[in-house]
Amino acid sequence: MASHHTQTAARMMIAPAVLLLLGWMIVPLSMTLYFSFLRYNLLMPGMEEWAGFLNYRFFLTDPAFFAALLNTLLLVGGVLLITVIGGIGFALLLDQPFFGQGIVRLLVIAPFFVMPTVSALVWKNMFMNPVNGLFAWIAKALGLAPLDWLASVPLFSIIIIVAWQWLPFATLILLTALQSLDEEQKEASEMDGAGRTSRFIHIVLPHLSRAITVVILIQTIFLLSVFAEILVTTNGGPGTASTNITYLVYAQALLQFDVGGASAGGIVAVILANIVAIFLMRLIGKNLES
Amino acid sequence: MARAVSTERKLVFTVIGWSIGLLMFFPILWTILTSFKTEAEAIASPPALFAFDWTMENYQAVQERSNYFRHFMNSVIVAFGSTFLGILIAVPAAWAMAFSPTRHTKNVLMWMLSTKMLPPVGVLVPIYLMFRDFSLLDTRTGLVIVLTLINLPIIVWMLYTYFKEIPVDILEAARMDGAGLAKEIIYVLTPMALPGVASTLLLNIILAWNEAFWTLNLTAAKAAPLTAFIASYSSPEGLFYAKLSAASTMAIAPILILGWFSQKQLVRGLTFGAVK
Amino acid sequence: MGQIALRNVSKSFGEMAVIPGLDLEINDGEFVVFVGPSGCGKSTLLRLIAGLEDVSGGTILIDGTDATGLPPAKRRLAMVFQSYALYPHMSVRKNIAFPLKMAGMDKAAIDTKIADAARVLNLTDYLHRKPGQLSGGQRQRVAIGRAIVREPEAFLFDEPLSNLDAALRVNMRLEISELHHQLKTTMIYVTHDQVEAMTMADKIVVLHDGRIEQVGSPLDLYRSPDNRFVAGFIGSPKMNFIEGPEAESLNAFAIGVRPEHFGVSRDGGSWKGTVGVAEHLGSDTFLHVHSDSIGQVTVRAAGEIDLHYGEDVWLTPDPDKVHRFDREGLALR
Repeated sequence: MASHHTQTAARMMIAPAVLLLLGWMIVPLSMTLYFSFLRYNLLMPGMEEWAGFLNYRFFLTDPAFFAALLNTLLLVGGVLLITVIGGIGFALLLDQPFFGQGIVRLLVIAPFFVMPTVSALVWKNMFMNPVNGLFAWIAKALGLAPLDWLASVPLFSIIIIVAWQWLPFATLILLTALQSLDEEQKEASEMDGAGRTSRFIHIVLPHLSRAITVVILIQTIFLLSVFAEILVTTNGGPGTASTNITYLVYAQALLQFDVGGASAGGIVAVILANIVAIFLMRLIGKNLES
Repeated sequence: MARAVSTERKLVFTVIGWSIGLLMFFPILWTILTSFKTEAEAIASPPALFAFDWTMENYQAVQERSNYFRHFMNSVIVAFGSTFLGILIAVPAAWAMAFSPTRHTKNVLMWMLSTKMLPPVGVLVPIYLMFRDFSLLDTRTGLVIVLTLINLPIIVWMLYTYFKEIPVDILEAARMDGAGLAKEIIYVLTPMALPGVASTLLLNIILAWNEAFWTLNLTAAKAAPLTAFIASYSSPEGLFYAKLSAASTMAIAPILILGWFSQKQLVRGLTFGAVK
Repeated sequence: MGQIALRNVSKSFGEMAVIPGLDLEINDGEFVVFVGPSGCGKSTLLRLIAGLEDVSGGTILIDGTDATGLPPAKRRLAMVFQSYALYPHMSVRKNIAFPLKMAGMDKAAIDTKIADAARVLNLTDYLHRKPGQLSGGQRQRVAIGRAIVREPEAFLFDEPLSNLDAALRVNMRLEISELHHQLKTTMIYVTHDQVEAMTMADKIVVLHDGRIEQVGSPLDLYRSPDNRFVAGFIGSPKMNFIEGPEAESLNAFAIGVRPEHFGVSRDGGSWKGTVGVAEHLGSDTFLHVHSDSIGQVTVRAAGEIDLHYGEDVWLTPDPDKVHRFDREGLALR
């Protein structure tokens, strides 16, 4: 396979993809970096001036930032908790033989394929609306006062919506990993006298640990950027109760037209994501070796 | 399990399984059902599950009102366009990396994957400004460009894994049998890679159709795909649940169907090989 | 026809010189076997001849023409891969037809050739099936069929039997030898199994670390190995090597005695030892003997021998069949 002209041909074939992605990385990112050091507001064009780390200082000392950071962590953490535990449960369930298992699997997977704006609106209007929503009807039927979910517990509501969407992903991954567990390992442990719970704790769970790590890392990367669900339900409110870093940057950029500030925020978001990405890349790298 | 499972156990799990399945699917089911109700029925209390007057009026209304068709076509063009463009760029790259690997191949691949981990807000500002300056805002072209770039890593990755599964010695056998490069690609490589390419196509069309950051921020009335169109229903205008449901059902139906066929691809494409 | 010459052929992968440089002549119609341990370069050598790898230096001549720069398709060679490399999406018929199609042959001629090959290889009933629906042995035959129809200058086999079970391997070995007698085309066969080498070859090339240790007919290598490596590689069970005073008394650094060249007795002989594990096969008996004077040796005796674990035994080597080696491992004659 190793003749000289195949190697040059190979390089030419990879070039477009590499160049495009390189451009996509370097150009906008360095522009963001550049803007973050400017005082630049779209409402006052032509008045940009060098601001050093001012934007960063403002951004990082803004109470909205801390609220957004906290909300981001809560959102990611909450969704991870629900999806990992739920995912393990669903995976164990779907691994069992029962009637109509194939169909149930499709039902469980479906939410992942619904576009985020539709999910969010369906939950907002048809379930969480305090007047017409289903939850309100259930509450009234039980004699309780209906809850205005998105006004009183906005972040929690969004966590529910996002978790609903990502539960299928976690389930699929964990189910795949579960089914790759060598049957003979389980049988060997049974011969060694392990009961069902023991088998789960000592054989199944360790085997799943890798997949669980993958689920956590990949979901975290995507969950840091939750946007549509917030835009369409609460617009980050009330106040900043459901604003995450992504929404905060968006608001600064496209609502307040503060290019400088938003750029600083964007860089902060990139740094946060990088921390997670480093761990994920190491895991992928190990797998590529094989 | 090679051993027989008791029917009792099966029944217990059948009940649990179906309960959970229906619970997860319920929001989708509810949306579909509501789309066939009148607006009055949609907010009726107690809400009816199946026993109501089924009507098609919402579907009609949505079609007539707001250029639904146009937004649908935007989604189609943007999803298919970006995926096909991505495949065009990705196939040679994945081919080269799978069949002529060098010691840099692994690093290049991992670097490409890392670009997918960039949070979009990190480049929101410059992209928005560049699009504004190049008149790409609210254009389908602009969207196709962005979506191609964000899905390119996944397309390259998936094609790479599928190409790697083609045993090299079959290609060598073709060479020994007298096939030049072109014939090798046409008669042997392509038929064997086709299922993989189709799977990649499928998953990425789904991902592009559902993309809800750039499609929301870079479009207005003209080029908005369904994601943005549905978002415009977010300010309550009262008494519109049924129409919202109809619009939503139409927006998600194609993808739900495609999605059911692409579960395996989902695992392969989005876990970057970390789970087998 | 079918004559292949390698002149100072070398191959390196990056820094690593897998084949430092070797010369070899293969005559028309010969069944040549490249044999050696894993990593000795035999498969690499085969692939260099096939054109699937480029040489780093030297020339390859096929029937007197310089083929060093030619792509595989132009060398008029056919290869049977270890994994058979059948096209999974094509039927058996299409698989066998493929090389002929690449050569531009017309349909009628192709059909005739396929029918002939199928008859010779017992594949006529399977022509419509896909490789996935065939057994290991059948796939082997399809791979061979695909090679035969091209009427190449030479056949190249890359460890074709290693994926088959033991019984099938014996059968296919006979079939391939039979094929060689029928077609009389040059065949180059790579294997790590010295039994295959000994039974099938006209000429064996023993390779080690990319170098040719010895070239010769099977019996040449058996009777007169040039060095310790060849002596230990050819022949199963392995030749016993004895160093120390017993070797010195014969003016050698080490001596080698094949297991089948020991005389066995309960009463007397050259060396005394204790029987360890004794393997009774009925046709042969293998005794693993520990002796203070010559160490651990394996002895092969014909027929059934009534010796068991822990018993004493005397061994006497056949004096004509003792091989002497110097310090560097070269044979002393």
